[in-house]
Amino acid sequence: MTTTPLLETSHVWQRFGGVVANNDVSITVAPGEIVGLIGPNGAGKSTLFNLIAGATPPSDGTIRFDGEDVTALPATARCKRGIARTFQVVKSFESMSVIDNVIVGSLVRTASIGQARDKALEVLEFTGLLHRAHAPASELIPSEKRRLEIARALATSPKLLLLDEVLTGLTPSEAQYGVELVRRSRDRGVTILMVEHVMEIVMPLVDRAIVLDLGRVLAEGKPADIVRDERVIGAYLGERHRARSA
Amino acid sequence: MLSAETIVQSLASGLLMGLLYGLIAVGLALIFGLMDVVNFAHGEFLMTAMYATFGLAVLVGLDPLLSAPLVAAALFVFGALVYLGIVRFAMRAKKNIGMVQIFTTFGLAILMQGLAQFLFTPDYRSIANSWLGGKTLSVGDIFLPVPQLAGAVVSIATFGLLYFVINRTDFGRALEATREDAGAVALVGIDRNRVFAIGWGLGAALVGLAGAIMATFFYIYPDVGSSFALIAYVTVALGGFGSVFGAFAGGIIIGLVEAITAMILPPSLKSVGIYSVYLAVVFLRPRGLFGSI
Amino acid sequence: MDAASFAQGRFREFMLAVLLVAGVATLPLFVKDVYIQNILVLTLMYAALSQSWNILGGYCGQISLGHALYFGLGAYTTALLFTKFGVLPWFGMLGGGLIAALIALALGYPCFRLRGHYFVIATIVIAETAYLLFLNWDWAGAALGVDMPVRLDSWVTFQFARSKLPYFYFALMLAFVTWIVTWAFENSKWGYWWRAVKDNADAAESLGVVVFHSKMAAAAVSAFFTAVGGSFYAQFVAYIDPGSVMSFQFSLLIALPAVLGGIGTLWGPALGAAVLIPLTELTRSYVGGTGKGIDLIVYGMLVISVALARPDGIVGLFARRRRARASA
Repeated sequence: MTTTPLLETSHVWQRFGGVVANNDVSITVAPGEIVGLIGPNGAGKSTLFNLIAGATPPSDGTIRFDGEDVTALPATARCKRGIARTFQVVKSFESMSVIDNVIVGSLVRTASIGQARDKALEVLEFTGLLHRAHAPASELIPSEKRRLEIARALATSPKLLLLDEVLTGLTPSEAQYGVELVRRSRDRGVTILMVEHVMEIVMPLVDRAIVLDLGRVLAEGKPADIVRDERVIGAYLGERHRARSA
Repeated sequence: MLSAETIVQSLASGLLMGLLYGLIAVGLALIFGLMDVVNFAHGEFLMTAMYATFGLAVLVGLDPLLSAPLVAAALFVFGALVYLGIVRFAMRAKKNIGMVQIFTTFGLAILMQGLAQFLFTPDYRSIANSWLGGKTLSVGDIFLPVPQLAGAVVSIATFGLLYFVINRTDFGRALEATREDAGAVALVGIDRNRVFAIGWGLGAALVGLAGAIMATFFYIYPDVGSSFALIAYVTVALGGFGSVFGAFAGGIIIGLVEAITAMILPPSLKSVGIYSVYLAVVFLRPRGLFGSI
Repeated sequence: MDAASFAQGRFREFMLAVLLVAGVATLPLFVKDVYIQNILVLTLMYAALSQSWNILGGYCGQISLGHALYFGLGAYTTALLFTKFGVLPWFGMLGGGLIAALIALALGYPCFRLRGHYFVIATIVIAETAYLLFLNWDWAGAALGVDMPVRLDSWVTFQFARSKLPYFYFALMLAFVTWIVTWAFENSKWGYWWRAVKDNADAAESLGVVVFHSKMAAAAVSAFFTAVGGSFYAQFVAYIDPGSVMSFQFSLLIALPAVLGGIGTLWGPALGAAVLIPLTELTRSYVGGTGKGIDLIVYGMLVISVALARPDGIVGLFARRRRARASA
């Protein structure tokens, strides 16, 4: 039995000048999944993220979310429909406190500051940042800022959460906390699409992995199969070869 | 009805003035391109150069054409000192850095105007006799004022030299590199403060050169910088922040537009043409004509 | 800090403002010197103007150095409606505010596409254009401006020949109103959106904030109150011309108290005006008359030192104490 995918990109292209960053990419994400988007550097993962989030429009192709064609919708409209994202380079609101950062997210769903604050407090507890609620965002350490990114996105009550390398560069215990946070988010009913580099952490976490290489979808399937896939290994080795001969 | 002759004359004067505007603006463009700071005291640097030229002419009898290199050198030192003594601290601000540098340099502008007023009184000065002043060159039916002509020549030469320095010398590459990534540059052993100080010095020297020439045909008074400063900002923004060539092209465009506007509108509305063109350009190209930032 | 103590803090803030206003309102009992009363009126006016500017510049992060446009529009609307058509200044004030708000929206449409310095220069250039146009507009008095002779003292026509007190109370009320407006917006979705847009427009968009609408709203509110301040000024000085109400220097003077006191803060503009305006006026009268430019030298050094030493403004000095109390 097939369920309607929550997210579906159909033959999506992204061209910048002469460069093709995304080449005929068609992927689906089913509700309730945790899907990993992996691939060597320059594979087009961030570009695809920006396309799904609505930060840039695709050169070609369509994007359907929750049964609706959202290709022409800007990021703000997609957020209202239920797509939230984090940024690879953390973009916290530095002049505001942690809780105020999260309130901005909650305000998508309610105009009442009181309700927004309640939601923010709940999300801060969920992401383990409640004790820092009134600290200025600028005073957080990097891993806390990452969690703030996630908290803000969760405050928008999303159906689909796009995580851009949230586990990269963390200490093992921080990464473990991050993994648990992702799992708990899914348990709350949020579908997750995450870009990651750290294979050892992400493979045990995701239900399914999609591999991009040079702008195309190279392979997709269960993590256990993907790591053994020769084309995937070749792409990563090839990356190392490319790096060495450069 | 304007005759063809008048129009050509107007455009020729506008072109010369435009090249001079480019020279005034390029120092601003250089400083901005280097460190993302808009020097709101740029007009006062011009004013300082004009007073310095005037001083040398009146006290030492040195013709502006001769004192121009001296004035430029003096302004170089002045610009570097302004960076080291004031702007350097503005760059350290952790929050609101845009506001800090705007108001720091703006405060400096007021201070310099006050000092000029204190030292020289608000009286208008002019250099009575100079090699360039008051003479015109006639090319066919067109009269080209010699000071503006000299200014235009210096401007073109300067831009040519700048192009060479920025693209072909080590120093120029260091300037570009510092702009790209000040942090990494430090690792390679290039002292960021030194590069910035030299950048400010160079920017000031360039406007100093323009000031020396302008002193031969403009009245000199404490306020004189303000109107040229605005033209300089508009020129740089029109050409696009971060582009030296943009300052050159922007200056020419501004000069021509100003001349055309003067033919159509009453003199007091002269600047409206420039402002309208700036707005039209940035509304279509939000980063100016050649801007990279 | 839970919701209850937060609401308490808000209430306390409001009461503090009420107390301050009440205190300032009693000043005329002690201060009889007309010259000092004049300084007080100007201080209050600049507090209101800077507070209005702060909404767009401080909270929303869109630095306008062309706000004299709205001030001048307010002043001219009131003055022209009064002298040409006999319209009472109270209506002129409202009209001026609405016109300014509409123009801010019309300008915002193209201008808010611009970022950083391009935007700032656009604001300067637009205000300068308006200044030049008014300078050449004969119907509006061109360079000579508009003269509003005071015929009789009256609240109806809001004109008082001798006493400064009515103007004082109006300016105080205007300063209070702009403070309340800022205070109210601070804890509203607009306030949160503005600050998000200021800090990081891309992140704000990803969280559903329509950046463009936010900027437009801030611009309209800011322009409205700035224009009301301009209308007030016209009534206060009874004579306006382009140089006094639409110049670039004025645009800077509107922004400066906010920068000095603390840009993007609730109390910053008022604090900054309280320090800056008396200092400026006193310097000008004791020193400026000589034409020696000493007032400019002092003023320039003041601006530099404030911008460098305390980029958070005067408010920054108090912020640390308040934060420590909040996390307790």
